[in-house]
Amino acid sequence: MLKLRDGVVELYRKVATSLPPDIEEAVKAACLLETEGSTAASTLAVIAENIRRARETFRPMCQDTGVPVFYVKVPVGLSHTELRNTILEATREATVKVPLRPNAVDIVSEKNSGDNTGEGFPIIYFEETSAGTLTIDLMLKGAGSENAGQLYKLPLPEIGAQRDLDGVRRCVLDAVQKAQGRGCPPYVIGVGIGATKDQVTRLAKVQLMRKLNDASKVRELAELEQQLLRDINSLGIGPMGLGGRTTALGVKIGVNHRHPASYFVDVSVGCWAMRRGRLIW
Amino acid sequence: MLGNEKGQAHMVNSRNLSLPLSSEAVASLKTGDIVLLNGALVTGRDKVHKYLVEQRPRKTEIPFDVAGTVLYHCGPIMRKTDTGYAVVAAGPTTSIRVEMYEADVIKQYGLRGIMGKGGMGEKTLRAMQDAGCVYLHTIGGAAAYLADRIMRAVDVWKLEEFGSTEAMWLFEVESFPAIVTMDAHGNSMHKEIEDLTFGKFKELIGI
Repeated sequence: MLKLRDGVVELYRKVATSLPPDIEEAVKAACLLETEGSTAASTLAVIAENIRRARETFRPMCQDTGVPVFYVKVPVGLSHTELRNTILEATREATVKVPLRPNAVDIVSEKNSGDNTGEGFPIIYFEETSAGTLTIDLMLKGAGSENAGQLYKLPLPEIGAQRDLDGVRRCVLDAVQKAQGRGCPPYVIGVGIGATKDQVTRLAKVQLMRKLNDASKVRELAELEQQLLRDINSLGIGPMGLGGRTTALGVKIGVNHRHPASYFVDVSVGCWAMRRGRLIW
Repeated sequence: MLGNEKGQAHMVNSRNLSLPLSSEAVASLKTGDIVLLNGALVTGRDKVHKYLVEQRPRKTEIPFDVAGTVLYHCGPIMRKTDTGYAVVAAGPTTSIRVEMYEADVIKQYGLRGIMGKGGMGEKTLRAMQDAGCVYLHTIGGAAAYLADRIMRAVDVWKLEEFGSTEAMWLFEVESFPAIVTMDAHGNSMHKEIEDLTFGKFKELIGI
C-alpha cells in the first residue's frame, strides 16, 4: 500500500500545517468581536497571523503536533492489520518529512521512541462501512488541551448537577472554568454522555471532528450546544485565558443510551489549533 | 496591521526589553505590560526542571550563563542542518506542570523571567516577589510566528540525554512578544481572571 502511505503522510502535513477553513474563519470573526487594542484582540491577531504563516510555509502551526488520532472507515474486505501497518509507516515518515515533534514516550523507561509510534500510539479506531471508499479522518490532539479535559459521574452535589441535561451544562461550565487559559482558548468543546467511562471519553473526543456549523440533530441537544457556547463565552476567560469575550468557538454534544444507574459525562477540550482533516481513498 | 514581517505590529503599545534583565527592569514591569524580548534566552520544560531540582547541577555545569535571563517553557520542533539546528516551530507549553519546581529553580539559578502559557501558582508568585522575577505569557500555539522571532539556536545542553523536545536550548531572539501576567510585586493577572470567572461561573449555575 505504497500510495496510500504517501496519502497519509500528506494528510499529516495538511492537518499539522493548515487549519480547517471553519476554524480559521471563526478565529478571524472573533478578532472583530474583541475590543480594539485589547490583549484579546492582539492575541487573536497573532494567532491569525500564525495560521497564515504556517500554511504558507508548510510548517506546523503548533510545536506540539500532538497525539495523532485516526478514525478509519473501512470498506468490507479490506484488512485492518494492513491498514494499521500503513498508518504506522506513514507516521514514521511524516515525523521526519513534515516534521512532527516526536511525542511517544515509554511509561517505564521514559524513552521517547523518536518516531511517534509506540504502544497504542498513534491511536487508531476502525469501523466497517458499507461504502466503497476508505475514509481516513485524522485529528492531531495537542496535550495542553487534552490535559484540560474532565470526566464527571452524576449526580455531583458540589455543582448542583443532577442526572439531566442541566447537570451536563454544569459539568461543562465547571470543566471550562477549571481549564482557564491552560488549554489554549478559544476552545472547541466536545461532550460525551452515556453509560460507561471508556464510551463517553471516546464519544466526547470524536465530537471535535464535527464542523462548527454542524448542530446536533436532536433539538434539545442543539439548544444546549448553543446555550453552552453563550454561557462559556460569558465567563470572560478569553483568548489564551487573558480575558475577553471569546473563550470557545463551538460546543458539540454526542449521546449514547445510559444504564439506569449510570450517568457519565466527559468533556474533551480542543485548543484553537483544532487540527482535523480527511483522506478519502 | 496583519502581515507585518517583523511581527511587532500585532502587539500594540509594546516595550522593548534587552536580555539579560536587570533587577531594575524587572521591578519596573507590571501585569498587563506588553514586551518584546531581545537577546539570549533558554528553554526548559518537564525534564530540565526535574533535573535541576533533583540533581542540583552547579551553574558551571550548564554550558552557558542563565543568570538574569528568561527561562522559556518550550519544547520546540528543531531541524538538523549542516551547521547546527534550525528552529521550525517554538510556541510555549503549559507552565503549571512545573509549579512544584519553579520557585527553587528561580532562586537557585538567578532567573529574572519565566515564560510560558497559562500562568503559574502561589508558590512561584511568592518566589518571583522574593527573587525579583516576572512571568511572561506568550501566545500558545503560535509556534510558526514565534519561531520567526528566534534568530538562531546558539547552543544546547542535555540534547543526547533528554532529546530535542526536552533539552535546554539557548536561543537568540528578536522582538519576541509576551505579556507580563505575574509581576515581581505579587500581582497575578491569572488569579484576577480566575476569581472573576469563578464568580461568573457561580452565577451561571446558581450556587
